[in-house]
Amino acid sequence: MTQTAGALRRFNLPDVGEGLTEAEVLQWLVAVGDTVTVNQPLCEVETAKAAVELPSPHAGRVVELLVEAGATVDVGTPIITIDTGEGAEAPPETGGTGLIGETTANGRTAVLVGYGPRTTDARRRPRRTDTTESTPLLATAPDARSKPVRHGGLEVGRQAEAAAVRADAASSTAVAPGRRGPRPLAKPPVRRYAKDCGVDLATVRGTGAGGVITRADVDAARALAPAAVVAVPRTPSAGEQRIPIRGVRKHTAAAMVASAFTAPHVTEFLTVDVTRTMKLRDRLATRPELAELKLSPLLFVAKAVLLAIGRHPMINSSWDEAAQEIVVHGQVNLGIAAATPRGLVVPNIRDAGRMSLAELAGELAELTATARAGRTPPAAMTGGTLTITNVGVFGVDTGTPILNPGEAAILAFGAVRDRPWVHKGKIRVRQVTQLALSFDHRIVDGELGSRFLADVGAVLQDPGSALLG
Amino acid sequence: MTALRDETDDADIGDLHEVVDPVPGAGAPHLPQQPDLVQLLTPEGERMEHPDYPLDVSDEELRGFYRDMTLVRRWDAEATALQRQGELGIWASLLGQEAAQLGAGRALRDSDTAFPTYREHGVAWARGVDPLHVMSLFRGVDNGGWDPVERGFNLYTIVIGAQCLHATGYAMGVQRDGDGSAVLAFLGDGATSQGEVNEAMVFAASFDAPVVFFCQNNQYAISVPLERQSKVPLYRRAAGFGFPGVRVDGNDVLAVLAVTRAALQAAREGQGPTFIEAFTYRMGAHTTSDDPTRYRLAGEVEEWKLRDPIARLKAYLSRSGLADAAFFEDVEAEADRLAARIRSGTVEMPDPRPTAMFDTVYAEQTPPLAAQRAQFEAYQASFEGGEHA
Repeated sequence: MTQTAGALRRFNLPDVGEGLTEAEVLQWLVAVGDTVTVNQPLCEVETAKAAVELPSPHAGRVVELLVEAGATVDVGTPIITIDTGEGAEAPPETGGTGLIGETTANGRTAVLVGYGPRTTDARRRPRRTDTTESTPLLATAPDARSKPVRHGGLEVGRQAEAAAVRADAASSTAVAPGRRGPRPLAKPPVRRYAKDCGVDLATVRGTGAGGVITRADVDAARALAPAAVVAVPRTPSAGEQRIPIRGVRKHTAAAMVASAFTAPHVTEFLTVDVTRTMKLRDRLATRPELAELKLSPLLFVAKAVLLAIGRHPMINSSWDEAAQEIVVHGQVNLGIAAATPRGLVVPNIRDAGRMSLAELAGELAELTATARAGRTPPAAMTGGTLTITNVGVFGVDTGTPILNPGEAAILAFGAVRDRPWVHKGKIRVRQVTQLALSFDHRIVDGELGSRFLADVGAVLQDPGSALLG
Repeated sequence: MTALRDETDDADIGDLHEVVDPVPGAGAPHLPQQPDLVQLLTPEGERMEHPDYPLDVSDEELRGFYRDMTLVRRWDAEATALQRQGELGIWASLLGQEAAQLGAGRALRDSDTAFPTYREHGVAWARGVDPLHVMSLFRGVDNGGWDPVERGFNLYTIVIGAQCLHATGYAMGVQRDGDGSAVLAFLGDGATSQGEVNEAMVFAASFDAPVVFFCQNNQYAISVPLERQSKVPLYRRAAGFGFPGVRVDGNDVLAVLAVTRAALQAAREGQGPTFIEAFTYRMGAHTTSDDPTRYRLAGEVEEWKLRDPIARLKAYLSRSGLADAAFFEDVEAEADRLAARIRSGTVEMPDPRPTAMFDTVYAEQTPPLAAQRAQFEAYQASFEGGEHA
């Protein structure tokens, strides 16, 4: 036995739940070159069900990390290569039997994930539509045909049958290539056969009972136009990508729809000269007690908002439809909209109104870091009372924000730009930003909204006015 | 601790609410709010006596319990890791419940029969079931590889609570056989809300069936805490069915042994069923598909770590000079060997033949089943490219 080539083992992402199809690699706990033991944690992954550590199935040296932290990968995807140093076994590429990650003739991933998914077929298991998750707005389906299809059940069978009959009635030719619709009817062995021949069943007309495609039909389609049939694309147009709606995106969508069509939104705008605030920031940054903290423009906007809430407590409130009451909150849980790799999240800073500028700066930094790392706990995203969204970081001036559900106001803060500005009767270059305040008109009238926004602007324009209390 | 509380003298509802511990054992590792709890070994490893449950246990048996629990815990850890590596479809961890399972399992005689849920790996071990025969179930190779009659240990039941009916029916059978054996039915706290479990208890009581209902109250029915399931402590439900209920410290292997042994003996002697509530805690997830951090607090888990079933026995063995460092090292080494055997045995398990599912449906093949088998074989063969319409 030689020592030249150890056995390279690949570890495929397993299904750590029941029927999961993918997971996000949150972080690697080992690096290339590390020596690992059996069951030593390799990485942390998060699925739709849980965040768990994956223990190593092999002892050896880490040769390669095949997936970057933050990536979402399908079950069955090789994520790491480990050299077990067991001697002259073939490396995975040359394909000895039983090597992990190898795809067998029937399309399944071999050995380690004994039930790994087929990589050559449909990518995702059908899911039953959970009616409890649909918002009332979306639940008003126009007709029964748009009812969720229950894959594998009678529903889909009936639909497919009906469609086949309709297709038969409409035309005796093959179904148009690339047409979306019910899955063509064929028994699994015929599906296998069609796939092996490179025939797309959507292009084949079934002659069996109820329009079922037979092996003979596949042969006929193949003989008819082999080149054309093989060339039929599976997707309707090149480059189109279909992304399942779930996770943060699904949550965001439901929240935004609920908010936009429940609370009547009014948005007001204000352009502010923040030069003095920026100068104050530069001065404060030199103070030793603040030296460690990041003094962002957002911090000063947050402070100005908190001061203005103190003067206009009604802005920090909620509409309680069930109780027919307006709830004026006793404390400010200041939400900060954060763009994360997983989408929009709005964690909030508890009781931000009581914090000093330094405390607020610390909380903001921590909240942002946690959100970017994708570790914001669900508890931190509940109970917010008013939100700031900092669209300025993306270089835009302002927007018309949609309320975080349950809150009465949200402030958008735009980019700070050098602009010609009339200052003390002369045109000067000043640092100027735009604020946009959306509020729930059920609770907040134009007067209150305007006064609040003007108040925020006044503090940013002349931070010294904060001393007025 | 104190004697069992008289069931009849506190019908006052307000009093009942004080007895229910809203956060299980909150405050201290001693479960101080439970005067009814039978305990023979404290969390600190101090040996106690109980007037109703005297226990004579040899030094060899004590060391055996330590070995049993340590090996089973190691098996459980290996199985959890194997699931995370894609080698098992799912795994239901028993972490924290070793004492409840080994104490109950060792209380059985060879002639007795146990009806497990899907988490009774410790009982399986006590009944001499090879761990690989349990692993094959969770790998999807078979439905459990052991002979239930030979082991006196029925196959795992996945349906919540269903095994209580099987156990009661079986107990009524052995009662009629008059063979003097007893039946031990396992269930969890969540199963007590199931209809089958309540039906089983009605029948068991009516017929004085020789069955003991052993409920491991691990505090959570997946994510639902016990206080959402029951307004009274579970063991007190037995009174409503008309048989005794006992609450035992489920993390105390000696107390579980004594209480279960007494209940099984009563059953053999024709005194009818007993309900045992083994008060314990599931230290891990419900199964590998579950994330317990979403519904319970880390502080609660920390509390229960202080009541660990193995640590307290180790403390007792060390302090009383019944075991030395060499013994503990030997057990650790044996656990590692067991884990290695389980790992290689699981990974190398051959896939079953697709037609194997027809083999043991009935003791003898029936014509309809034979026809189904033939049809299935033809269907399988059609993938190879034979004639197919």
